[in-house]
Amino acid sequence: MQKISVLLFLAWVCFLFYAGIALFTSGFLLTRLELTNHSSCQEPPGPGSLPWGSQGKPGACWMASRFSRLVLVLIDALRFDFAHPQRSHGPGEPPVSLPFLGKLDSLQKILEIQPHHARLYQSKADPPTTTMQRLKALTTGSLPTFIDAGSNFASYAIVEDNLIKQLASAGRRVVFMGDDTWKDLFPGAFSQAFFFPSFNVRDLHTVDNGILEHLYPTMDSGKWDMLIAHFLGVDHCGHKYGPHHPEMAKKLSQMDQVIQGLVERLENDTLLVVIGDHGMTMTGDHGGDSELEISAALFLYSPKALFPGAPPEEPEIVPQISLVPTLALLLGLPIPFGNIGEVMAELFSEVEDAQPHSSALAQASALHLNAQQVSRFLHAYSAASQDLQITELHRLQNLFSNASADYQRLLQSPQGAEAALQTVITELQQFLRGVRALCIQSWARFSLGRMAGGAALMAAACFLCLLVSQWVTSPGFCFRPFLLIPMACGLAGTIVCAGLLTTTGLKLDPVVLGAVAAVGSLLPFLWKAWAGWGSKRPLAALLPIPGPVLLFLLIRFAAFFSDSFVVAEARATPFLLGSLILLLIAQLHWEGKLLPPKLLTMPRLCFPASTGPPRHSGTYALGLGVGLLLCIRLAGLFHRCPEETPACRSSPWLSPLASMVGGRAKNLWYGACVGALVALLAVVRLWLRRYSNLKSPEPSVLFVRWGLPLMVLGTAAYWALASGADEAPPRLRALVAGASVVLPRAVAVLAASGLMLLLWRPVTVLVKATTGAPRTRTVLTPFSGPPTSQADLDYVVPQIYRHMQEEFRGRLERTRSRGPLTVAAYQLGSVYSAAMVTALTLLAFPLLLLHAERVSLVFLLLFLQSFLLLHLLAAGIPITTPGPFTVPWQAVSAWALMATQTFYSMGHQPVFPAIHWHAAFVGFPEGHGSSTWLPALLVGANTFASHLLFAVGCPLLLLWPFLCESQGPRKRWQSLGNEAEARVRPEEEEEPLMEMRLRDAPHHFNAALLQLGLKYLFVLGIQILACALAASILRRHLMVWKVFAPKFIFEAVGFIVSSVGLFLGIALVMRVDGAVSSWFRQLVLAQQR
Amino acid sequence: MKDTDIKRLLYTHLLCIFSIILSIFIPSFFLENFSILETHLTWLCICSVFVTAVNLVLYLVVKPNASSKRSSLSYKVARFLKCCIYFLMSCFFFHVIFVLYGAIIFETLQLREIPPVIYIFVFYRVTSIWENSLQITTISSFIGTWLGAFPIPLDWERPWQVWPISCTLGATFGYVAGLVISPLWIYWNRKQLTYKNN
Ligand SMILES: [Zn+2]
Ligand SMILES: [Zn+2]
Repeated sequence: MQKISVLLFLAWVCFLFYAGIALFTSGFLLTRLELTNHSSCQEPPGPGSLPWGSQGKPGACWMASRFSRLVLVLIDALRFDFAHPQRSHGPGEPPVSLPFLGKLDSLQKILEIQPHHARLYQSKADPPTTTMQRLKALTTGSLPTFIDAGSNFASYAIVEDNLIKQLASAGRRVVFMGDDTWKDLFPGAFSQAFFFPSFNVRDLHTVDNGILEHLYPTMDSGKWDMLIAHFLGVDHCGHKYGPHHPEMAKKLSQMDQVIQGLVERLENDTLLVVIGDHGMTMTGDHGGDSELEISAALFLYSPKALFPGAPPEEPEIVPQISLVPTLALLLGLPIPFGNIGEVMAELFSEVEDAQPHSSALAQASALHLNAQQVSRFLHAYSAASQDLQITELHRLQNLFSNASADYQRLLQSPQGAEAALQTVITELQQFLRGVRALCIQSWARFSLGRMAGGAALMAAACFLCLLVSQWVTSPGFCFRPFLLIPMACGLAGTIVCAGLLTTTGLKLDPVVLGAVAAVGSLLPFLWKAWAGWGSKRPLAALLPIPGPVLLFLLIRFAAFFSDSFVVAEARATPFLLGSLILLLIAQLHWEGKLLPPKLLTMPRLCFPASTGPPRHSGTYALGLGVGLLLCIRLAGLFHRCPEETPACRSSPWLSPLASMVGGRAKNLWYGACVGALVALLAVVRLWLRRYSNLKSPEPSVLFVRWGLPLMVLGTAAYWALASGADEAPPRLRALVAGASVVLPRAVAVLAASGLMLLLWRPVTVLVKATTGAPRTRTVLTPFSGPPTSQADLDYVVPQIYRHMQEEFRGRLERTRSRGPLTVAAYQLGSVYSAAMVTALTLLAFPLLLLHAERVSLVFLLLFLQSFLLLHLLAAGIPITTPGPFTVPWQAVSAWALMATQTFYSMGHQPVFPAIHWHAAFVGFPEGHGSSTWLPALLVGANTFASHLLFAVGCPLLLLWPFLCESQGPRKRWQSLGNEAEARVRPEEEEEPLMEMRLRDAPHHFNAALLQLGLKYLFVLGIQILACALAASILRRHLMVWKVFAPKFIFEAVGFIVSSVGLFLGIALVMRVDGAVSSWFRQLVLAQQR
Repeated sequence: MKDTDIKRLLYTHLLCIFSIILSIFIPSFFLENFSILETHLTWLCICSVFVTAVNLVLYLVVKPNASSKRSSLSYKVARFLKCCIYFLMSCFFFHVIFVLYGAIIFETLQLREIPPVIYIFVFYRVTSIWENSLQITTISSFIGTWLGAFPIPLDWERPWQVWPISCTLGATFGYVAGLVISPLWIYWNRKQLTYKNN
């Protein structure tokens, strides 16, 4: 197997995953652009005079206000049928008695007694029906999606124009009481506010009782223009008990009393709005788009007559966001800029003046204002984003200009018939509804087909990883047809699909094309695999994962489906990792590798007898395990609390030093951080010295010796400046500012140049021509003579290599006659891992710089614990020469778990407000100007540092057991044939071959690298698959937009970063391999000359 | 002989289980406000004392290794000391594991020492059947502790979800399960074991 095909195959598998992720994301995460434009009182939404001469009147903007005050009672999850019992049963049928039916009696009574004062509507909420999205919709009049692009991820504050903002800028006093979600959405917007915690779903009464304590006193005090009361009891009762529970009856009766009390206290200039933000399903949940979830009650009441006619028998259905423009115009405010709701025209009819003409004119003018505003928004939006359909957009614009012209003409001739006005009203309403439909189509529909397709693609890719990782090490795996045919098929499928799409005139969607390519290449592969595999072996052989590891993977898979476990992942991952480590130690013990056999006097239960002599003393492995657990425990001290657990306290060590007060503690911490840096450097250098890769005169080694300390120095200096920048004397300010720009960039440039050097000359080997005691053998393999078996013939590359060696040896023999001159090449046994460790260190320093100072301790722990884990794993992995080499599943799982654990101990959480935004300003204290990719890159590197490091370091899992060979007793290498052994003189001490064993079997080496990559991708793949499944199955869950969807996004980006890192790591190993080959060639050539 | 041994093992184990059940009910006659969840520590102490006492009594009665020549006093003292050392060592060992598992150290000092009592006081027995059953009970109570940690993050808000309680409950359940399983397991595998042990 060739290197290039290994890389191609990995790239192809990654592409399958990416296509799946993209397809799923396009169906699940609907996006929308947020515009920050604001409507203002002075600026009318369009040309033409404002109706009714409303300017000049106090408190009137686009239209004269009808109410000066508003009481908005938001009863969370007030489903429509809670307020309006269905009266559809026949007279004979007994009335169904359900706990939630008929409890809001006062509404019915008011509707009967005062039909001109009140109305009940069935309001239709748009999905996602989660409270935060609904609150956003109810104030902005838009259709919030989960990711409103352009929103500030660091906080939930609404940046779009909204009712609360308009009220505040008009100088009205807004008083709020209830759910504390509003605090995040509208920071500082209320003149008075009583927030109560909303997180605890089991608590039915805290919020409601808190509101009731303040509601009537505030109302009587009169110091408000808008009063908002957000009750949560009904919603929480739904989540806890479901709607069919007596507790719901109590809660609704309580709400009934609240409404009654409010109605009694209302004054003439006040409007009362009672609304549910969404409904609930039969089980009391919400979030999705089922009928029960989206139908909510909306009740309006005014002490003065508001409606010309009696309420209809069956309440009218209105979109929920209709409330926004209606309330804005009723209160004499401009309609929020981004609103796409349609005013409820009924409310603008003239009640006193019974003339139908003036009523219709009032309705038409309200609608026209509304339409002007929506048209203005459409212009602004389509200028900024292309996600609305063009043809439909044009049609709507035409519709609007026609209707607008008709309306203007009617205004000119006020004697026009009422029928003409009605046509205009209908036209305007058509326009507004068209716009809403257009926006819903592109913003607010889950595409279940895409979600299922994406999940299926990811699952298939996982299966493929499992299949091929099992298969690749088996003999006779022929690779090329498996790669080329699927790729050709995929490409052909894509071209055909693209052709079809363009000929039918549809838009080319890259996501769909990618998915078609993925499926097109996957199916032939699986078909061929089935033909090749299914006939030969049982399918059970496909599941090579050992039981305990399978259990761990299953636990991990299942944990993504529980919001509690996702929130607690920071604690659950170290727990699992610790368990896995204990299991590894126990396994070593059971396999008899931990203790010498004579100590194992106790009869073991049912475990197989030891298979080989113990390679390590028991204390050694136990020490490794305890050290690992200790490292994990220490890393656990660095943790950031999820906001869902208020009792938890975040570690103070994650904040930058600059935020500390108290010079002494700060200095001590600074010392500790620099100490961690130096220790990191020392550990790496010690390791390199241990394998004596530090003596080589190669430029990359020189860089490790001199460049790394320079980087440490730069980092330390930067930290000193950053933590004490404010204390600098004024004269030095400019210098400090300059240095804080230059230093991080210098470190990054140093690291980049070090990596370049490493890529250019990755072989860190010291060649010594020694005179004196003749060493006829270098570390080169002593194979010579004709190939002894067919297996030897299979490996063409080793043949050449051995030929070279033979020749080399021949030269040496000849030269020895002239004088004892021989070549000793040191450190060849650790040449791969030396390059890997160097690369990882070089990568770690710039990443470290992006974090707060004290996180450097975590980086130190990261290196220590991965060294320890590698040693522990190496103790359990037998070296099988001459291959096939395998990396066991427990190693890969532990590695992936450790990546997740380090992600948390670096102070991250998979939620947007927890992202370390300050990382964007490291080296760029003044910001980035207009560029967006650079800050995104910096923040991404900060967030996914551990994913990247562990993925790049993944090949170490394969290399380390060979590296550890040198620690054990230096055995003779006997496996390659007795012939070679015979040639070795008995007194000659054999160098351990270590990683050169891998080189000796390039076919197996490449296969092992591919297998390692596929296994790692599989472990990561099932994580992302679990996240996707959780997000789609639980899309009705209370926590979907707060926990599952952000977790999916973080996991997806983490997967992409990890797969790229893995690719780079494997490519680096191959680069080293290539360089070693050419180094051999040069050596032989030099000897021949 | 084998079967009688297994039977004896089964009876002693049933007695142990019975003593654990007793430890749940008896203290409520003497102590006010006793409940497993609220006065968890007290219950744990009582439970381990019960189990220890039962084990000691059974040891004296059953005398699993009644070899006469080794019954000198000095030998017994030495054995006792050895057991104490084993006990302390295992306490330390489990303590380290639990601390590294993320337990809060101070809580651990108070609470974590007790479950090992259950495991260790049975170290007297050296005959293989007893030892096998000891291994099984140890492993199963360890697995029980491990499984007991899983409900902690869930948001059910039950009183037993607080940190050490679910783990110690899990350990106790695991111990009971081990007591039940081990005679059965030994019974099923008795042929194999004969081969192994003698
Ligand atoms: Zn809600
Ligand atoms: Zn809810």
